[in-house]
Amino acid sequence: MEIKEFIANFADQFDDTDANEFKAETVFKELDEWSSLIALSVIAMVDEEYNVTLKGDDIRNSNTIEDLFNAVKAKA
Amino acid sequence: MAFLETKHVAVRGMSACVPKNIEKNIDTYQKWGDYTKVRNLIGIDQRHVFIDGRCTSDLFYSAAEKLIEELGWSKDDIDAIVCVTQTPDFIQPPVACILQNRLGLKEDCFATDIPHGCSGWVYGLSILCSLMQNGSIKKGLLFSGDTASKVASPEDKTTLPLFGDAGTCTALEYTDEEASIKFALCTDGSGSDKIVIRDGGYRHPFNAHTLDMIDYGDGIVRNNNHIFMDGMSVFSFAISKAPKQIKDLVEKYSINQEEIDYYVLHQANLFMDEKIRRKMKLSHEKVLYCIEEFGNTSSGSIPLTLVSRAKEDLKNKHLKLIGSGFGVGLSWAAAYFETDHIVCPGVIEI
Repeated sequence: MEIKEFIANFADQFDDTDANEFKAETVFKELDEWSSLIALSVIAMVDEEYNVTLKGDDIRNSNTIEDLFNAVKAKA
Repeated sequence: MAFLETKHVAVRGMSACVPKNIEKNIDTYQKWGDYTKVRNLIGIDQRHVFIDGRCTSDLFYSAAEKLIEELGWSKDDIDAIVCVTQTPDFIQPPVACILQNRLGLKEDCFATDIPHGCSGWVYGLSILCSLMQNGSIKKGLLFSGDTASKVASPEDKTTLPLFGDAGTCTALEYTDEEASIKFALCTDGSGSDKIVIRDGGYRHPFNAHTLDMIDYGDGIVRNNNHIFMDGMSVFSFAISKAPKQIKDLVEKYSINQEEIDYYVLHQANLFMDEKIRRKMKLSHEKVLYCIEEFGNTSSGSIPLTLVSRAKEDLKNKHLKLIGSGFGVGLSWAAAYFETDHIVCPGVIEI
């Protein structure tokens, strides 16, 4: 799995945030649009695209998009 | 996975009762901002909630009175009642005992509570059917539901818009026919802290600080007598466990999915249930929803969905159904059951 593709999938869960804001090192929880509802969309996206079940703690323990990517990769 | 098949117990009727009072989420959510986006995800327009101190047993009582009347059953023939609820009238005694008296049921009546939430209707069905299948107990009533609105903090935007109140009654009867009901029942207590009301039991008794409102940020202010829910963990639990359990149930008992009339999922929130539906590749027509009108009504949601959305089918057809409940515990349970021209008075408002 590619981080570039993961970032694009991650960005798809947002409506109002500019696509340029999403980088591997982006601290996603600091994005204005980040919310607990977006978190659910991300969990659903990871389940659909990567067949991986992210837990609440995986999201809580990740700071950057790359952290989350690594969490998914470890379970894939 | 715990599989179970019961025989000789048939569903004869189903009713539901909700408070007349309605709270519109567009109003409820106003203090936190625009509800539109949240509505699209959770799918709830309104909830029926008690604001006058009435309780779970009031909902159960009205649901039962109407159902017993329409069934034409004599109250003296009812041998067992099982009440599934996590919002009993009292810590002690069981709701079932209060209800036995209030309904005017005979003394030689089995009565017990089962403190389960979202998986509770299926769990309750498995227990009452098991109890009845040897034929000693001929008629039984399964109650399920909660005054779930009472456990949500009025200042918690993550739970207040979700929960509605409902009580349901399912009438079961021993029969010589096969009347098989098939169950899959699961538990993961490692997630017991994911949905929890911390104080008020005996691990953390109600104390001087129980009612202290604590601000957790991001629109979440609650006390230790309110429900806490780790939404992300519950979501990932439900979308992974519920579809797999239904698949396992279908495979174990060689159930022909083509013949299933409706899948009735616990009405958790629309986003979660739709995710489960899509994962199972089920068409919209096969999956019933009533969440927009009643919210998440805990163990009441499966029968409430059937009664409110398939009343005519229940009365006029032979249906093959799968019910699936998942939530607090963590606990999840699925059942395959059939109904054949059953009695259904619909949703009663009190």
